[in-house]
Amino acid sequence: MTYITKPKVRHPSLPKNRLGLTTRDYEGAMSTLCAGCGHDSITAAIIQAAFDLSIDPHRVAKMSGIGCSSKTPTYFMGQAHGFNSVHGRMPAIATGANAGNRELICIGVSGDGDSLSIGLGQLCHAIRRNVDMLYVIENNGVYGLTKGQFSASADVGTKSKRGVENVSPPIDPVFLALTLGATFVARSFSGDKAQLVPILKAGIQHRGFALVDVISPCVAFNDHEGSTKSYMYTREHALPLLEADFVPAPVATDFVPIQREITTSYEPGSVNTVTLHDGSTVRFRKIPENYDPTDRDSVYSYLREREHSGEVVTGLLYVDPASADMHATMQTVERPLSEIPFEELCPGAKALEEIQRGFV
Amino acid sequence: MTTLARQQVNDFAFKIATVNGTGSSSANDLIRKTIFRMGVPASGKNIFPSNIQGLPTWYEIRVNGAGHTARTPEFDLMIAMNPATYARDIAEVRPGGWLMHDSTWPRPDALMRDDVNMLGVPLARLCNENFAGARERILMKNIAYAGALAALLGIDMAVIEELLSQTFSKKKALLDSNFLALRLGYDRARESFDCPLPMRLEKMDATRDSILIDGNTAAALGCIYAGATVAAWYPITPSTSLLDAFQAFVLKLRRDPETGRARVAIIQAEDELAAAGMVIGANWVGARAFTATSGPGISLMSEFIGLAYYAEVPAVFFDIQRTGPSTGMPTRTQQGDLLLCAYASHGDTKHILLFPADPGECFHFAVLAFDIAERFQTPVFVLSDLDIGMNDWMVPRLQWDDAYRPDRGKVLRAEELEHITQFHRYVDVDGDGVAARTLPGVHPKGAFFTRGSGHNRNGDYTEDAAEYSDVMHRLTKKLETAALSLPAPEVSTTPGAIAGIVSLGGCHRAIVEAVALLGERGIPVDYMRLRGFPFVPEVGAFLREHRRIFVVEQNRDGQLASLLSIETGFCRDKLEHVGTFGGLPLSAGDVVEHIVAALRGAAEPEHEARLPQAAGDTPVTE
Repeated sequence: MTYITKPKVRHPSLPKNRLGLTTRDYEGAMSTLCAGCGHDSITAAIIQAAFDLSIDPHRVAKMSGIGCSSKTPTYFMGQAHGFNSVHGRMPAIATGANAGNRELICIGVSGDGDSLSIGLGQLCHAIRRNVDMLYVIENNGVYGLTKGQFSASADVGTKSKRGVENVSPPIDPVFLALTLGATFVARSFSGDKAQLVPILKAGIQHRGFALVDVISPCVAFNDHEGSTKSYMYTREHALPLLEADFVPAPVATDFVPIQREITTSYEPGSVNTVTLHDGSTVRFRKIPENYDPTDRDSVYSYLREREHSGEVVTGLLYVDPASADMHATMQTVERPLSEIPFEELCPGAKALEEIQRGFV
Repeated sequence: MTTLARQQVNDFAFKIATVNGTGSSSANDLIRKTIFRMGVPASGKNIFPSNIQGLPTWYEIRVNGAGHTARTPEFDLMIAMNPATYARDIAEVRPGGWLMHDSTWPRPDALMRDDVNMLGVPLARLCNENFAGARERILMKNIAYAGALAALLGIDMAVIEELLSQTFSKKKALLDSNFLALRLGYDRARESFDCPLPMRLEKMDATRDSILIDGNTAAALGCIYAGATVAAWYPITPSTSLLDAFQAFVLKLRRDPETGRARVAIIQAEDELAAAGMVIGANWVGARAFTATSGPGISLMSEFIGLAYYAEVPAVFFDIQRTGPSTGMPTRTQQGDLLLCAYASHGDTKHILLFPADPGECFHFAVLAFDIAERFQTPVFVLSDLDIGMNDWMVPRLQWDDAYRPDRGKVLRAEELEHITQFHRYVDVDGDGVAARTLPGVHPKGAFFTRGSGHNRNGDYTEDAAEYSDVMHRLTKKLETAALSLPAPEVSTTPGAIAGIVSLGGCHRAIVEAVALLGERGIPVDYMRLRGFPFVPEVGAFLREHRRIFVVEQNRDGQLASLLSIETGFCRDKLEHVGTFGGLPLSAGDVVEHIVAALRGAAEPEHEARLPQAAGDTPVTE
């Protein structure tokens, strides 16, 4: 429950970011999720990413729907405005919030039930509109809060804790997003913070809809033998061929350089650098030959091919560096609409007289 | 043939039967606008099918110098341009009335009435002889019947030609065709008949301070003037034209002069669920946002409406009602969403409703809706309907006060947040049930978590009975406060009234006329028009002060009567339901007939003597 306040004891030597904040300042309430829940690792990664980017917490709008995953915004950035909406409908709230104030940093956290069943339509349309937000799917293949029913991401043949076998084919959010024209698509594993944090950072910086599907095992209902979303299964089948590394823009005016270096431990190999809209870059390491993360068709083919081999490819899989977000498409003014003075919005009495000449 | 040749100057009704998709609406607009420009009050009702092309459509024009512009089903003249509905159309003409038809084709003898005067004009032949293209022949036939009507009704040709010149000022060829077609019909009618008919137009000066406007256009204009910057919607008849109009106004009125970029975001949502969510999200960040929909949309939005109510987020919903249940008749009017909107969503909810009676009020109530929504941080519904929304009404010219500034309600600014120790979202400081809110991005101290789950006055999640109840009780108080800020009921009294009428919205004009007609028959009645919900105590008092109460509304089950009973505790059985619900706009006759019959059927002894003597030509007692 969110009324469990997290004790804020700060170690004096904790590193500070550009704003003078420590990672503790990016924490929220105490998690009430099950001990060992993958979602808590994702929360920690979001905290790290926001800290690294020196994001001002109160400029963040953290959004969610309903479910275990949707509780997690409570557990990070206590000083950010949060919106816990209704089941599957977070994208609409986020779309409206972004329409009203495009300067807010919108971080949505959802689950596979929330996003791929009840909320599938809204997810699709948020992708299609390219709403400027980070959209994290904490994907565990089950409905946790209602105690273990299969979600739409459960693989055929997956067994529930009670031994029931799933017979319906899954909806894969990565393929879905690629098909719908998403401009940023990534997949990671809650247990791989080293990979997840840079992906989240890139997702936040991306101007447009950044979908990050994170396999996040459910320790209570889906971490058993026969599950394809368990810790063991994911560790054994994950294919981190596409390790991504996020480097902030060197000259972007609105970018606050990070103080902590991003450390990577990948073996040296071929490196492919993709520049995002704001000048920050994503470097891909150990990429397979001919892999171009900006070529949607080849990304799709590659992922299909790996999927047939039983591998879960993780990393930043696709990015459109020239992404035009919803506001760009709608050609709205640069200022947040919520902040335009009334005087500039109301045409006034004289204009009304003029308009009414057409009504006689 | 019989002709009841009573002279009807500026007081008659006629109906044009056509096929949709044939271009008749512009001809009908032309006729109605010309009458208006002649200074004569007139209204037009478009009775159209849920279909694009090929089905029957009708346009009814009522001319009334006294300003009664509610629908009337008494037609003096029928313009029967659709063979498919000929039988039905001829049946609707009043005895002694006229029927104009296209005499190019033979008319079945079976479809005759001795008591109707037939006016045959070879419209198709005239157009075929004078126009080359097939499409033009069809289109110009409409202008030709407008020309014939001009002759028959004494419409001023100079006025109609001026209107055509303005309409086609940049299309010379089209203008020439229109002029020719108009003259073809006009001249042929003058040659063939004794023009004008006994019912005719004479110039007046009764429309100078008025405009002709439909409710959806007026509401869209209201949204522009209220400073709305986000609109999210899903197409649904009869609300779509509200967003169409909003979009059109935006192009002219909401462009940044330097960049040409829009100072507004209009999002066509994937469905009504999403539209409602977007409106809530935008309002949450402090933009004035709205949606427009109809009953089926409200059904889908209900989940979000409950969230907005409980999480206390402003949101403006225009519900342009149509007939239900389910898909019902999408292009017919009804007032069937009253209960749905009053209590939309599960759990204990109650919502603010505004009831505009005409497009003028659609404009003003639109502005008010945003103020009320923000002041009380809750959904507000503007309950219009198809008749108000899509038909052109004559209303007083819209007025705007440049001193108006939006009421943003209790929103704590950065300076205020800077000086408080800690912000708690749902604490009622002023005792009016309204707690202050903050907007995201303004100040670190303003952060709170908006949730549709149980929360206490601090905004924190709770499953504690007392904490939950505390918030729910405050919401009740908030709505009670809100009731006092809504437009007050309008009450008109008549000395010696023997009954009271209660109604709302688009019934108004029919009732005003009905009250006058009842008065002429010696049946004085009082009338209270509701303009907002929740009701103020005055509403219950009006019910108790009258021996008989007639609740006039356009639905089968008397939803307003039920709502009055639920909210005031007044006995439901004593609220007599009056009204039609078949999808056509209410007429004064519908109201008068019912009330007269009801009073006759169960007249109190002291009224019995009064009723028959004053009943005029219609007996009201056996």
